[in-house]
Order: sequence, then C-alpha cells, then structure tokens
Amino acid sequence: MRLLDSLRFRIATLFRRSQMNAEMEDELRSHIQYRADDLERSGLSRAEAERRARIEFGGQARFKDECHEAAGGTLVESLLRDVRLAIRMLRKSPGFTAVAVVTLALGIGANAVVFGVLNALILRPLNVPQAQSLYGIERGSDKAVNQSYPDYLDLRDRNRSFDDLAAYNIASVGLDTGNNPSGAWTLEVTGNYFDALGIQPYLGRFFHGADEHGPNSAPYIVLTYAFWHSHFQDDRGVVGRIVQLNKHPFTILGVAPSEFRGTLLFVFPDFWVPIVNQEQVEGTNVLNARGNRGILMVLGHLKAGVTPAKAVADLNSIGSYLEKTYPKDDGQMTFSLARPGLSGDWLGGPLRAFLTGLMLLAGLILLAACANLGSLFAARAADRSREVAVRLALGSSPLRILRQLFTEAVLISLIGGAVGLWGSVVLLRELSVWQPLPTAPVQVLVTPDANVYGVALLLSLASGFLFGAVPVRQVLHTDPYQVIKSGSTGKLGRRITLRDLLLVVQIAICAVLVTSSLVAVRGLVRSLHSSFGFEPQNAMVVETDPSMAGYSGDRVPAMQKRMIDAVQTIPGVKSVGLVDRLPLYYGANSSNVFTDKTTDLRPANAAAEAVMYNISPEYFDAARTSLLAGRTLSWHDDKHSPRVAVVNREFASKIFGSATNAVGRYYKAEDGSRIQVVGIVEDGKYASLAEDPRPAMFFPILQSPSSGTSLVVRSNGDPQQLAAAIKSTLRDLDAGLPFTIRAWSQELESALFPSRMATLSLGVLGVMGAMLSITGIFGMAAYSVSKRLRELGIRVALGAQRREVLQAALGRAFKLLAFGSAAGLLLGILASRVLASIVYQATPRDPLVLAGVVLAMLLLGLVATWIPAQRALSIDPAILLREE
Amino acid sequence: MTDQAQLLPGTLDLLILRAVSLGPLHGYGILLRIGQISGNALLIEQGALYPGLFRLVRQGLLKARWGTSDNNRRAKFYELTAAGRKRLREETENWNRLATAIGAALAVQPEEV
Repeated sequence: MRLLDSLRFRIATLFRRSQMNAEMEDELRSHIQYRADDLERSGLSRAEAERRARIEFGGQARFKDECHEAAGGTLVESLLRDVRLAIRMLRKSPGFTAVAVVTLALGIGANAVVFGVLNALILRPLNVPQAQSLYGIERGSDKAVNQSYPDYLDLRDRNRSFDDLAAYNIASVGLDTGNNPSGAWTLEVTGNYFDALGIQPYLGRFFHGADEHGPNSAPYIVLTYAFWHSHFQDDRGVVGRIVQLNKHPFTILGVAPSEFRGTLLFVFPDFWVPIVNQEQVEGTNVLNARGNRGILMVLGHLKAGVTPAKAVADLNSIGSYLEKTYPKDDGQMTFSLARPGLSGDWLGGPLRAFLTGLMLLAGLILLAACANLGSLFAARAADRSREVAVRLALGSSPLRILRQLFTEAVLISLIGGAVGLWGSVVLLRELSVWQPLPTAPVQVLVTPDANVYGVALLLSLASGFLFGAVPVRQVLHTDPYQVIKSGSTGKLGRRITLRDLLLVVQIAICAVLVTSSLVAVRGLVRSLHSSFGFEPQNAMVVETDPSMAGYSGDRVPAMQKRMIDAVQTIPGVKSVGLVDRLPLYYGANSSNVFTDKTTDLRPANAAAEAVMYNISPEYFDAARTSLLAGRTLSWHDDKHSPRVAVVNREFASKIFGSATNAVGRYYKAEDGSRIQVVGIVEDGKYASLAEDPRPAMFFPILQSPSSGTSLVVRSNGDPQQLAAAIKSTLRDLDAGLPFTIRAWSQELESALFPSRMATLSLGVLGVMGAMLSITGIFGMAAYSVSKRLRELGIRVALGAQRREVLQAALGRAFKLLAFGSAAGLLLGILASRVLASIVYQATPRDPLVLAGVVLAMLLLGLVATWIPAQRALSIDPAILLREE
Repeated sequence: MTDQAQLLPGTLDLLILRAVSLGPLHGYGILLRIGQISGNALLIEQGALYPGLFRLVRQGLLKARWGTSDNNRRAKFYELTAAGRKRLREETENWNRLATAIGAALAVQPEEV
C-alpha cells in the first residue's frame, strides 16, 4: 500500500510539474505577444516585433527555473533539475566521464562478482525449509564431517536435540535405463532424509524411514528435477518405471522439486537412493562397520528452543558413551556443529577465509577507485573554482553547490555501478553453467539474486558520496573575492595533501595485490613442477568400477586382472597399473596404523594416520613411482599368503625410525592384523597439493580388494588412438561396463583447481589494481606538470638539466610511489599467509617475488609518468613565457 | 532609457504589489503599470518579473486566475489578496520611514551637525 501511495505521489508531482510547465510557457508566451503588439504599433513588422520581444525578454529557461524555485519546487523536482544539470556538465567533459564510469564499473563489478560468489556459497543457506536451524555434525578437533553408519544410528536415536538426523554419502553408479549403461552420481541417503529436511515431492513420492528393512531392502530411486528433465524429457509416466542400477533393478519413486538439488552447495547429484542399498550401489557394505567412517555427513534440524551449545553438549554426552562402549573403534568422539552446505568447516573454513580475503581485496580496489575519482573530482573542482566562486558571489548557497557536486558524483557512480553490475551478472551467469571438473557433478551456482543487486546499488551510492566528498572542503573554503581577483587557486601545496595520502593508499593497495598475485603464481608454478610421487605426463587413466556392471565378491579382482591383461596387449602400451582411487583426486582414504608392539588398538594409541591405496603390482611402474628399497608387490601376494604392504619413506621413518631398516618389519592395521613391509617408495602428494608429507601404504588388490578401478596406462603413442584402442578392448571384455578415459594430467585439474582459481582471481584483481594505480599516478603527475609548467619553463630557461627538470616535475610522484609500494609490499607479505593454505608453497619470502613486486611497481610508475615526463621535457621556455 | 536606475534588492516585490493594488493586471500589464507610475525611471528585466510573481503567489500575497484581455488574448491576471493588501501597507510605511531617514541623513549640511 505504501509503495502504491508513494508511487502515486511521485506521478502526481511529475504531472503537476508538466502542467505547471505548460502554464508557465503559456504565460511567458502571452507576455511576449503583448510586447510584440506594442512594438508592432511603433512601426515594426510583426516578425521583427516578435523577435525583438523575445530578445528583450531574456533567457526563458533560466526564468522558468527561477519561477519553479520561487513557486516552491518539491524535492523531486529540484533533484531532477540537479540531475539534468549534472548530465549537461558530464556531457561537456566526455573524457572525464568515461574514465570515471569505467573505473567505477571495474571496481563495483569486481565487488559484485566476489560478493555474488560469497553470497551463493557462504551467506545463502541450503534451499530447504527453515534452513537456519539446519546443522551438520562435525567430529573431533580436526572437524571431520564423516561418520560411521553405526555411530550415526546411535546419534540419531540417542540425541534429544534434533527433530531428526539424516545422513548422506556421494557415490558414482552405473545407470541403465534400457540399453545405455552410463556413469551417474547419486546421493545415498538415509530413509528419513526427505522427511527430516521437510522436502515435498514434485512428482510421485519419496522413500521414508519405514521403507528400510535391512540391507538392499529398498531398491528405490528419487530423481532430481534436472536429471528427470535431461534424461527422461519431463515424462510424467516415469514414476514406477524400473531401471538398472549397477545391474540391479531399482524402481523410480518420484521426482524432487527443481529448487532442491541435494544437500551440498557445489555438488549436484542426479538422483537419490536409500543408503541401506549400499552394497548394490557401491559394491561393498560398511553399514555394520563402526570404525569405517564412510558416511559423508550427518545433518538435521535443531528442535525449537534448543541452542547449538545445548545440542553440542547433548551430542558430546553420546560421544563419551560411544568412546566407552566401543574403545576399539571410536576415538575422540567430541562434536561440533557447522553449516551443512559446504561439507562443514573442512571445505567451508578455507573457502570462507579465501572469499573473505577476496572480498576485502575487492573492497580495497573500490576504495582505490574512489580515491582516484576523488582526486579527479578535486582537480575538476579546482578547475571549476571560478565558476563556483561566481555562483557563490551571485548568492548561491554553498549547500546548493555541494548538492550539485554530489548529484554529479552519485550520477557517475550509479552509471558506473549499473555497467559494473551488468558485467558481473554476465560473468556470474557464465560461472554458474561452468563445470570446472570434467568427471564430477561440480558446479558453482552463483546466479545473482536481490542481495547482489542491493549490494551493488549500495556500493555505488556509497562510493559516489565517498569521492564526491573529497572536494567539499575545497568548495566550502572558496573565497569568491580571492578567486575572481587572482584567477585560479594557484598555490601548489608543499605540505602533504589529502590527495597525496589517497594516492599513497592506492599504490599500497596495488602493491598488496601485485604481491599476493605474484606469490600465488609462484606457488602454482612450483606446485606444477613439484614431485607428486608419480608422473602424470604420457599416461592415460581409465576410470571404471566393475560393480557398476554387476560384479561382486571374487569376480571383482578377477575382472580387474582381465582388464589389466587386456590393455597390456595393446601395441604401444608400456605398462598398465591399477589403483583403487587416484592420488590427488577428491581426497584420499586413510586409516590408523599401530606399531607391532601395540596391543590396545584404540585410536588414541595409533602411531600414525596413513593414506591407503589398493594397487596392482604394476602400478608403481605405470605411475613412475620409484622404489627406494625392498621389492614391489606381486600377483602372488594373495589371500593365501601373509599380508604385505609397500609404504612410502615418510611412513617408514615415522613408524620404524628410518627408511633403510623398515623392509621386512611389521606393523598393525586398525583391525589388528600384522602387516609386513616389503618395499619402500618415494613420498608423494595424496589428498592435496598443499599438504605436508604424509605416511602412505599400498596394499595388493588380491589381499584387500576394492571395486574402485583406475587403470594407469603408460604409453608414448598418440593419446587419441590409444583411447580408441582401450575403448574397443574394454567393450570386448564387457559391453555393459561404463568407463571414462582421460589423460592423467587432465585428471589432475581437480587437484589444481583451488590454486588455479585463487591465482586467477588474484591476478585479475592485481591487474585491476595496477590499472587504477597507473591512472591515479598519471592523473597526479599530469596535473602537477601542467600546474607547474611556467615554473618548469623558467627552470629550463635558467639552464636546468633534463634530470633536474624531471626531478622537479615528477620527484613527488615517485616519492609517493616508493612510499606506497613499500607499505603495500609489507602488507602483502602479511596477507600471503592466508594464501599458504590454498596455494601450495605460497611464501612471500622468495627473492623472486620480492624482486618481481619491485620491478612491477617500477614499471607501473614508468608507464604512468611517461607522458607527463615527455611533456615536462619538451617545454620550450621561449614559447611558454611569451604566452603569458 | 539610459538614465534608468537599478532596482534595490527587495523593491521589485513592493512595486508589483503596488501596481496590482490599482486593479487586476497580467504580467506585461504590471510591467507597463510600473513604468507608468515610476515615470519609466526604473530598469526591470522583463523575465525577472515572473519569479517575483510566483514568489508572491506562493506567499499568498497575490492570487492569479486565467482570463481574456481586451484584445481577446488569454492571459493570467494577478490581484491582491487581503494579506497582500496588508503587506503593501506595512511595506509602504517601512519604505517611507527608511526613505525619510536616508533622505534626511543625506540632506544634512556640515554646519547643522
């Protein structure tokens, strides 16, 4: 209602204005007609009389304006008038306007993009009803979100704080809707998942807790809207259809609403299946293994009136019960709560830190842009000091003049903001449809919403007022008498002015950005050339899973062996190795290990937590992981022979003290079995590029089978041909087996993704900062040269050398540059600590980085002062002095 | 026309009120009337009259209505309101007092001090 009223009022005002305008024009016209009548009577022709009458009358526009003011124009009207004047003023200096608009568009656009991402990933909750009370449960001091299924059941049934607790896990499965086996991503969820989250089906029905009756009892599928749309063409008859999931029949129950796309903000599954059917979906069943924390996350709504602190206390009391009851499996069972969308603080923490840092940098960029525009505005106000003085002398109030200045500033900032927002919306839309990782359903849905628009508008207004405020003091202190008498405000201050300070701040910001982007780039380059513990070049990776084609039990390793043997026979293939999960590929599995002497195998007594891989004997050869001591695994290490493992150097020195004497010695696994170390391999990177050396152990697939299958195929041949050959070989083995083939280096994208993104965004911001600094320094230097042209001319006339002229003209600019760069470099070094958690080996204590920053800033100064310097050097005193 | 005097600030309003007090007039008529009653001794920019008129209307001293003049042209006619009449009286008194005082001050001869 209020909106309507205000709208009506505004329309009425505008209407009144146009009516008043018409009346006023009528009145002035009639005046001129009367006057012309009189003049005609004195003997002039009618046309001449009317012309004379108009001239005598004077400027109609001005009088009309004054009439409006006299008649008490409303706020809207005077604002409109100011806006019109501002547009006229800006049109008069298109260069200034363009520079200002582009500067602001960049600044506000950068902010809108960063905020858009921040908004979508951090601020906006999951799209479920009452998202405020939805929490995920984290475990232990390292905030792990994964839990074991038996622990989840205890948490669900014993807590008094949550309405209900659901759990989910991500898995890839083979889906066959009728003769088209293909890989798909699914969330395995507990039966109460949809009910606990309060989601209603779009079509058909969901499964419920009551549908679970033990392992493989609920072969049901609920499709996401997107998957239903893309794979079933919105066919409403899909409900009740039976599809093959890893060769097991599953019934499609229903379709979820389009706005609900799962419980992660960046991974979007194709459908949901009940977790009790885990064995059919993943090939193995860990629902009874309390020590196997294979569930990705447990989450639920807090009961009304229960605070997070109370809930944590409640969970911790269950935790201490679990620790006491299951000392072998449950180590540190303390809990905390986290927002569920980013899989807790594991990903949410660094992401939040990075995005906050980025937001800060973007804010600094905008501040720099404002500082820049502030100086431009101040310079403009100084050039216009005569106009201001005349207006003041004619009785205009300083307030009126300031209002005019602010109108101009805000107008510019709004235009700049609109352009920037437009650019950022385009960019965010692009980002939203972009799939950064080829093999995973990862997407960053950052479509801008009202928040983004609001923030952009707010930033535009704020920056308009910010840089508009720079010349205020100047205007208020204008003494009309002095200005009109002596021309311009010719005094060039020797003391430090606000403008200088702004410039230093801006250069410092630029130096921070340049420093951090250089640090990031160096880190990235280094991580690309660091030792991974394997060689991704010249190797293809085939990813598949025999369980997707219905293999289980002993048939899995047999099938894996057949695949290895078959691919081995392809001409040009040097070696083929199998690993259950590629290193640096969406994290790594790990488990506790114990020294051989340990008898009490509770987690607290563990000697280390080691990354584990199940491999075929040829894996090290195919991956080019060098064996340091002992032997590699063999096909004779099977179920009938004693358990063995190859460990890495870090493992050997951590458990056995040194790498050399570890071969032949024993350690204990979580389940208490003794494992003999038969070989030592070099260290590598397992979960992320930024990690410190971690202990790792490699088991033979015949002793610890796993259906996860990644074949590393090393060859010097043409990758295209090789891929085709592998494809036909595998088709011959089993046509129902879905698989993907990629170059290993391409597969590594996922590991490099965070540092790439960090480097890219910092680089973009760095370039923007540098551009702003260049224009800032350029403006300052050009201004100071043009103001001191006469002085410089006299210096030249008196015999000053080029060097001295330059020093006089630009010394100040370079002093500011040096000062700002030093401050920025220092700040940048401090800021880089945050980077170290994202980009591998990002350290600012690197002579190359330091030299790079100094060089970049020097170059920047040179570029910015080149034109003013040329101008200062080309001064011809004769011409200059004659002109005056 | 060359020996016309500039208006003192604030006197235009007084002149308008006076001109209109003799009967309703349109804008151009007011200018002519002022010229007539001041013996064409005052310089008034034609356009500058209108902001003054609007101001006086807003202050409630004048009221305006559209009408037709003798030669059949549409025009906006101004006349005094009661408040305008009162203001004219006061301002006239003020002006006379001021003029007398300044006149007396300027007429003083050295020996009279």
